[in-house]
Amino acid sequence: MSKFEFPASIKSRPVYGTLEARPGKHHLMIADAEGAEAIMDIATPDLMAKTHIIFISRGTDYGDKLRALNPAIFYEGPSYAASVPRIQRVLQDAHMGLQVYLTGTEGLMGQAMREAVDAGIPHTAIQTEHRGSVARRMQCVHCKGITEDVETDPFVCAHCGLNLFVRDHYSRRLAAYQGVCIDAEDPGNVPEPKGIYE
Amino acid sequence: MTIQFNDETFRDDYSFHNSERAIKRFPFPFDKDSYMYAVNMEQHRGGPADSVYEKRFDVDEHYVSEMRDRAQVLADDPLRCQSLPHMTLAGWDVLELIMTCKAEDYPDLFELHRDGDRWRWINKPLGIDDTFTFLDETTLPYGPMEYITRQTQGDFAVLDQRDDNLWMDAGMVTTQADWSLDFDIGMNFFEWHAPVPLAHEKGIFVRALKFLLNIQQGAPARRLNWTMTVNPLLDTSPENYHKWGIQKTTLTPQNIGAKQHLRVELQTFFRLPRSNGLVFPIRCYLCAFQDLMTVPKWGRRLHRVIRDLPEELATYKGFIDNRPMMLDYLSQFDDGLPTSNGIWPDLETEPPLQK
Repeated sequence: MSKFEFPASIKSRPVYGTLEARPGKHHLMIADAEGAEAIMDIATPDLMAKTHIIFISRGTDYGDKLRALNPAIFYEGPSYAASVPRIQRVLQDAHMGLQVYLTGTEGLMGQAMREAVDAGIPHTAIQTEHRGSVARRMQCVHCKGITEDVETDPFVCAHCGLNLFVRDHYSRRLAAYQGVCIDAEDPGNVPEPKGIYE
Repeated sequence: MTIQFNDETFRDDYSFHNSERAIKRFPFPFDKDSYMYAVNMEQHRGGPADSVYEKRFDVDEHYVSEMRDRAQVLADDPLRCQSLPHMTLAGWDVLELIMTCKAEDYPDLFELHRDGDRWRWINKPLGIDDTFTFLDETTLPYGPMEYITRQTQGDFAVLDQRDDNLWMDAGMVTTQADWSLDFDIGMNFFEWHAPVPLAHEKGIFVRALKFLLNIQQGAPARRLNWTMTVNPLLDTSPENYHKWGIQKTTLTPQNIGAKQHLRVELQTFFRLPRSNGLVFPIRCYLCAFQDLMTVPKWGRRLHRVIRDLPEELATYKGFIDNRPMMLDYLSQFDDGLPTSNGIWPDLETEPPLQK
């Protein structure tokens, strides 16, 4: 599957790379949906023997393919939220030199990165690769509610119902982009929603 | 000098007003007839008598009412004041800096009595007389940064310095030009400035960061920044933009002189001794167009600056839609005469309006 080329943007917007196997005794790979393909691209028997994979399928059938790579530990969770206690527990035991790989949607990578950073790993030491949906995790700047998997701009806040436009300004701490009321100066004048990159 | 504190509001009926003295000392931000981003830093070592540069933390006639407005903003939204866990020591640095400066610069208004780590702080305008133990949070009603910045005009960003960068890891932000502390807290210098147009490409932030990383104790710096605000609203936050944004559409040729305000930020930068952080006060001054126009030099200049400002900047500063109406108003005060260099009003030397 071809990768999406994000357009150039402002400096707070995350830039994703391409995963590469790095030397290390322990490897933690956290992925959702098509992120599984990025893991399969770098998997070798030697690497997998030292790897803990945490995978959220989101309705895809990559679980069996990842399991077939024979990782040292494999976990498939029903949702990202359900996997968080496990991620925190694994990071709590992490030793110096643990390699962290995040791949899949921006929401998954951002939230898992926050866990890793909270555990003391510098964000610059964490590898990321975007795969799959280009939907965004958005914070409503007004009510502070998070709306997951936003695909259109503008969109309706899932919490307060305001019509929000999608900014590129991104907070690693919140693992979210910022949504701001689009019709504050002209109430009711809300453009037809279209895809974020259309 | 004794300051007469105004009883005024920055919301609802907007009874905010500037006295003649406040107009004359307004920090007009344009030193020439045009504007573009620059690393316009200078040392913060006083300035002309009674100017906003004279004291390290300027206290003016709006002090008491501004603090009342801040308390209201915080009651409505406590997230406007936040401090990440490693920033408490920097908060004590801020408290010490402000208390010592204010007690020295305004001995008739503030007193600080120190007996070892037992400190007594008296704030006469706000009626506060507290005794506490320095570096012991349990002896104050708020964290140290929140405690002192509830008593000090201006927003405060407290910056941690590491990895050759500055990180906005604490702040008190209730009088902001449309940015969210809750969203930006934890970002580095380039990240929190990411939405600013043009300046990154001009290398402004790289140079500014180099300057700021090298600020030394006892050698603070300052610069002015500006934007436009309809009505004297201090809390132009993104959080409340869905409530105040509509006010931008209430300008008419009849009310623009009274309603349209030039909003100026006096930004200062102080190194903090224990934490090696920086405190970055962002002090907001508001002045109605009609008050600015009482200074002939400022009338001529403001028209020229707004007329020639690049479209990206007028858009970013949020007044692109109102610019034509502003220019219709301001052009009445521009007779085409040359203006003197610098920001000061030069009332004695600049000619009155010739039309």
